[in-house]
Amino acid sequence: MVKRLVLLGFVLLSVSCGGDDAGEPTEVVLVTHDSFVVSKPVRAAFEQESGLRLRILQSGDAGAALNRALLTKGNPEGDVFFGVDNNLLSRALAEDLFEPYEPPGLDAVPDRYELDPEHGLIPIDHGEVCLNVDKGWFAERRLAPPRSLDELSDARYRGLLVVENPATSTPGLAFLLATVARYGEPGWQELWRKLRANDVLVVDGWEAAYTAEFSGAGGSNGTRPIVVSYASSPPAEVVFAGKPLDEAPTAVVEDSCFRQVELAGVLRGAQNESGARTLLDFMLSERFQADLPLSMFVFPVRDGVELPEAFRRFAVVPERPLELSPEEIGSNRDRWIREWTSIVLR
Amino acid sequence: MDVDRAPLGRLQLAAAAAIPIAFLAIFFVYPLATIVGRGLAESGSSTFATGETLRIAWFTTWQAALSTALTLAVGLPLAWVVGRFAFRGRSLVLALVLVPFVLPTLVVATAFVAVLPGRLDRSVPAILLAHAFFNVAVVVRVVGGYWAGLGRTTEAAATVLGAGPWRRLREVTLPQLAPALAAASALTFLFSFTSFGVVVVLGGPRIATLETEIYSQAARLFDLRTAAVLSLVQLGAVAAIVVVASRLEGRLLGGRSSETARRVLRRPRGRERWLVGSVLGSSAVLLGLPLAALIRRSLSTPTGIGLDHYRVLRRETSILLVTPLEAAANSLLFATLATGLALAVGGLLALALARLRPGWLDALVLLPLGGSAVMLGFGFVIAFDEPPLELRGSALLVPVAQALVAAPFVFRIVAPAIRSVRVELREAAALLGGSPLRVRREIDLPLVARALGGAAGFAFAIALGEFGATIFVAQADRPTLPVAIFRFLGRPGAENQGSAAALAVVLALLAAAAALVAERAGGRRSPL
Repeated sequence: MVKRLVLLGFVLLSVSCGGDDAGEPTEVVLVTHDSFVVSKPVRAAFEQESGLRLRILQSGDAGAALNRALLTKGNPEGDVFFGVDNNLLSRALAEDLFEPYEPPGLDAVPDRYELDPEHGLIPIDHGEVCLNVDKGWFAERRLAPPRSLDELSDARYRGLLVVENPATSTPGLAFLLATVARYGEPGWQELWRKLRANDVLVVDGWEAAYTAEFSGAGGSNGTRPIVVSYASSPPAEVVFAGKPLDEAPTAVVEDSCFRQVELAGVLRGAQNESGARTLLDFMLSERFQADLPLSMFVFPVRDGVELPEAFRRFAVVPERPLELSPEEIGSNRDRWIREWTSIVLR
Repeated sequence: MDVDRAPLGRLQLAAAAAIPIAFLAIFFVYPLATIVGRGLAESGSSTFATGETLRIAWFTTWQAALSTALTLAVGLPLAWVVGRFAFRGRSLVLALVLVPFVLPTLVVATAFVAVLPGRLDRSVPAILLAHAFFNVAVVVRVVGGYWAGLGRTTEAAATVLGAGPWRRLREVTLPQLAPALAAASALTFLFSFTSFGVVVVLGGPRIATLETEIYSQAARLFDLRTAAVLSLVQLGAVAAIVVVASRLEGRLLGGRSSETARRVLRRPRGRERWLVGSVLGSSAVLLGLPLAALIRRSLSTPTGIGLDHYRVLRRETSILLVTPLEAAANSLLFATLATGLALAVGGLLALALARLRPGWLDALVLLPLGGSAVMLGFGFVIAFDEPPLELRGSALLVPVAQALVAAPFVFRIVAPAIRSVRVELREAAALLGGSPLRVRREIDLPLVARALGGAAGFAFAIALGEFGATIFVAQADRPTLPVAIFRFLGRPGAENQGSAAALAVVLALLAAAAALVAERAGGRRSPL
């Protein structure tokens, strides 16, 4: 009986998974990390307009996904790769993984997001990593929340900050890069020594930091009122509060924000190259770009895309976020992480 | 005739072994060898020092040993209760111990942080406690199940001869239980040795095991060479440990009289009642606290206690392409397929190897538990990239990956049951004119059926909760429940966190229900 069930299941699965190889390609495959989300109607719109089925392969976090793409260079798993950020960019470009393509929508994207002049990788979204503070916690104690990175080492804020380990977490790495961008060397090392003395808590990833340790997260028992998260976290707290709110319970420390841009490109050796281009065109279209804030909680790179109300009211898009060039990150990242580890953890 | 080989002839044996061996060769050895080979071929010297590798390997080993000891300490009293006594709710207890097993690490870790006293979290003790919490099911079900098949005659004789309770335990009960103890310890040890989520979440950033280090080398630092070397170290260590364990087991394998549970299990009497009650009570507190925290979280809404978060089950969200209910259906389908595969692979292997004394072949069956999930995931991608094995992106890989984890359990539960079928019983049947096939059908099969039922419940729970490998092969269209939970956890907002908790509770209920069903099915087919 069990065996028959297994057999039946296999048959069903193979019928439903098998695409036909002959003739015109009928699907386009997007390879990405497991934070990628597209809402159902938007995917349906793409499939309707292009006549192609959109299949999405997710393979671990951004680092793991890119490594998979590198491993399958020449015989890729899909047609488009999405999810290279500025921290990984130099690595992706050095391996010559992408076929250059310039979608028409690129005209509407400000130059500051175009990190690859060859257009192998096209910017799709940006999301700033910023310190978030629990407004209620500070109000209760009549304490002003920190307004800058400098203030974090103040005795007033002792034991209040939780950060992610840059060796294991994307926002953690971005925050380390923020301190490098702000203070240079050896200033950033000095700041982290002070933060350690000021009892900073380091956890492995965003979930542990934000949902378990941060006091301002909805439904959390956390005790620390300052956390490394995203510029989009305050509007998310409003949208997903489970009840109407007039004000976001958390706020962003603008001075601490570091820009992250996520890019996508046509994989070299793609089975369906024209489909891949169609998909990239779509990803820069207003429809897809307008969907980004509420699906992935990031900002569109395209100019003039209207943001949802929660974002208009509660999100701060920092005017001049901290930045480092992808080349600088690429050649120093591993060393910075090693130094950070020995300063903060050893 | 050679009754000892009666269950299957040599040829049949070889045929029975061929299928599972082919499965393991194709889906475990081949992809892992491909990725490790690729890593070793990479040029450049590794920045990772030998001293560091040894330090991490040593820590991995001793934390796994301590975790195993703690798990035994927590699990054995409960194994005694379910292995010796009949009481109302016994099968419920057997089903409920499986619940921690399926819960996503991330969810449990959060619950753990909430109930751990003071700043015990992010420390080695927190890791050990969590390992005990997750693995107590292994001890209770493997040892308890085996115990329930042991006769009371030897113990009774020892009592008559004047042996006190401690002496009885040391000289009669423990030697009889040795095979099950060895199996449960080996499985717990391996799970603790290669555990990932518990170590990164509860251990904090200062603690690394081989598995977590392989992950950061492979997926963070892109140092495939170091990851390959560490994978080999991990596999080697695992192989050495399981070989030693099964040698030990082979030596300890004592005589065992197989009786059926109905006669062995009896209601507790007198002082026993008090003991059984206190074991059940304290286990409920130990295992129940994190669960209670989870359930409370799933029920607390901004407007008080309510079922609001459970409504997410049928809701389209911007986070998933399907409703969580469909994700639950995917989970059930994949877990059913994986259970079938694991029963076939583990069961056939047990049948093929059962007539041999436990040895290194037994040990090899456990090896998939020692493979690093991230390396296996990468291995799948580069090994299955051409016809006839163009399987990349195929949904089939989900149940295959889950079955790889579950099959060793099936084997370790079923093999002792087959081995314990009394030779005399079979001899008698053969003497009375039963053909080998008939002996197998009427003597072996019913006795094994109960073990298979228990193993099926286990395999199903493992497949249901599997995350480490699934996340590497799952498709966006067909997320499983743990993947859905992970997505909700990764978004800010009280609603998303509440949804994650509610879905975790649903997952727990599914696992417990499946275990109950498997228990019933296996039980009905057992004789008498």
